[in-house]
Amino acid sequence: MAYNLKETLNKKERLSPGHRMCAGCGATIAIRNVLRGLHEEDEAVITCATSCLEVSSFMYPYTAWKDSFIHDAFENAGATCSGVEAAYRALSKKGKVKKNHKFIAFGGDGGTYDIGFQSLSGAMERNHDMVYVCYDNEAYMNTGIQRSSATPMYADTTTTPVGTDSDGKGQNRKDLAQVIAAHNIPYVAQTTLVKNFKDIHVKSEKAIYTPGAAFLNVLAPCPRGWRYDMSDILNICQLAVDTCFWPLFEVIDGEWIVNYVPKKKLPIEDFLRPQGRFKHLFTPGKEHLIADIQAEVDRRWDDLLKRAK
Amino acid sequence: MAIKDRLSGNEAVANAMRQINPDVMPAYPITPSTEIPQYFTTFVSNGQVDTEFIPVESEHSAMSACIGSEAAGARTITATSSCGLALMWEVLNVAASDRLPICLALVNRALSGPININCDHSDAMGARNTGWIQIFAENNQEAYDNMIQAYRIAEHKDVMLPIMICQDGFITSHAVENIELLEDDVVKDFVGEYEPEHYLLKDGEAMAYGPYAVTNYVMEARRAQMQGLRNAKQVTLDVAKEFAEISGRQYGLFEEYRLEDADYAMVIIGSAAGTAKDTVDLLREKGIKAGILKMRLFRPFPAEEIAEVLSNVKYLAIMDRTEDFNTNCGPLGAEVKAALYNKNLHPTAINYCYGLGGRDVTVESLTSVFEDLMEVETTGELGDTYRYLSVRE
Repeated sequence: MAYNLKETLNKKERLSPGHRMCAGCGATIAIRNVLRGLHEEDEAVITCATSCLEVSSFMYPYTAWKDSFIHDAFENAGATCSGVEAAYRALSKKGKVKKNHKFIAFGGDGGTYDIGFQSLSGAMERNHDMVYVCYDNEAYMNTGIQRSSATPMYADTTTTPVGTDSDGKGQNRKDLAQVIAAHNIPYVAQTTLVKNFKDIHVKSEKAIYTPGAAFLNVLAPCPRGWRYDMSDILNICQLAVDTCFWPLFEVIDGEWIVNYVPKKKLPIEDFLRPQGRFKHLFTPGKEHLIADIQAEVDRRWDDLLKRAK
Repeated sequence: MAIKDRLSGNEAVANAMRQINPDVMPAYPITPSTEIPQYFTTFVSNGQVDTEFIPVESEHSAMSACIGSEAAGARTITATSSCGLALMWEVLNVAASDRLPICLALVNRALSGPININCDHSDAMGARNTGWIQIFAENNQEAYDNMIQAYRIAEHKDVMLPIMICQDGFITSHAVENIELLEDDVVKDFVGEYEPEHYLLKDGEAMAYGPYAVTNYVMEARRAQMQGLRNAKQVTLDVAKEFAEISGRQYGLFEEYRLEDADYAMVIIGSAAGTAKDTVDLLREKGIKAGILKMRLFRPFPAEEIAEVLSNVKYLAIMDRTEDFNTNCGPLGAEVKAALYNKNLHPTAINYCYGLGGRDVTVESLTSVFEDLMEVETTGELGDTYRYLSVRE
């Protein structure tokens, strides 16, 4: 069925308003879009790593989640969700559960790229029928903007503060979608919040309804950590894809597909300039740092195009 | 009809698990508990159980998957030892706080370091305050019997807490002994179906586990959890009574051995209790009134009952198979003394650290403990109240 924004937005909300996420939070927009990938007649069990999302959406005695929900700890959303999914198989076999249930795990980049990496890798390798969704805001935002392995080079964070002897984070970000694709699971995709949300919607639905393990990496800007005007979120996301900083792609049964090739690939400055975390790069004498970032973006984009042929 | 067999402790526990036929088993190999999932996956591969086995990539993930599975409404089981339990530590607390009656077969082994694969209780004792029920066994028969009783205690509506069924690594887990097994259908009837009230997969009802709780709620949550653990004591006794009806074997909170008129008593946990009983028999032949209190239920700690049965003892040896690194006492030493203090009882008590990393426990070494007590009596000098047994210093 062709994608229809209005129809999609009119689906019953599965994350209620009244949660305590920040105004303009990219994660909340991402989560709501992922949940719209569920068919309305299906039940879901949501697993959530400790994160902004968890502490803001399920504060006792209130929960914003319409579906069943479990938070266990920070580093184990993959394993916890795999337990839920195994229980579903066991109880379905015995006729104790009759409805169709889908299993979605959410984690931030800290809980996914770093501390939850092993648990995620295990769950993916075991090919549980689940989707792991990383809402990637490129730092530990819940604890106050510390660098993670998803933080891009030269970003100013509270553990890579810019100073007389520091230009921010000194290392490249991890390419997690590629690492998870190397698990040879049925479906991996990278997406963000662009245009009419078609990309994230289509990929969420595919990820949820592909039998076996699926991984979805969603760039979800954080206005507090990235320091941009919160109303600019969709522009920021569009610049991330138009500069090829955040390519939109899928890996379906090992086949790499690039979903969006910008007509005109914009220079990386366009993505960096509106963000306070990169402000120090726009001072005289720091041009070479931007050149470093551009070179890495170009190298990765070329590599992706080669994979996708 | 009971089935007479010869099994190791691990085989016995794996067979109990087969008879229980749990819904889900996430597990990760670690010596000396590895055999339990090995035997169990053979049952899975041959269709002898309906269980979904999850070959997780670590013990942390084993317990995390247990939490997900049990919360989802499935009866869930796992097994581990030593560092595996230590790696689970964070989420052991979560399992108890979420009131999930998961069962864990613990095969006691020393924690690193130095790395060592043999028995002591440092693993279980390191997790003693995570909110789990802990039951210890002296031999393979007890390990089997405790496993059959586990879910009846853990899943009781007044309890709803996870349970650890402990046996000593190698000494019990790998030694083959005679055992009496129950018939499969007898176990099935005794254990019953798991029917939780609320769970993640309940059709037509959403359920949420693991909230963020602000200061207003944490103390009440802990207090309610403590009540569940407190209730486990009576439930353990009630379940033991029913178990006696199907097995003929009697269990309590602990076992008293020649304790009634004892002047000298030893409190001990696990396989060394067998050696301690032999020691007491030999001492009794010499006219020395010695007795044993063998712990079964360690968590919740049956303080009042222990104080009661030790009320006439004059000299007490409390045996800890772990070093607690507080330089004052071991965990059992601290608990027993606190139990006595609360009843205004003040026997002379020496706490021993023994058997670490599989160090041999013999009739000779345990006899020396009773001799120490008699020396204190003769000389009137207490000496060090926290001592090491069979150590080169």
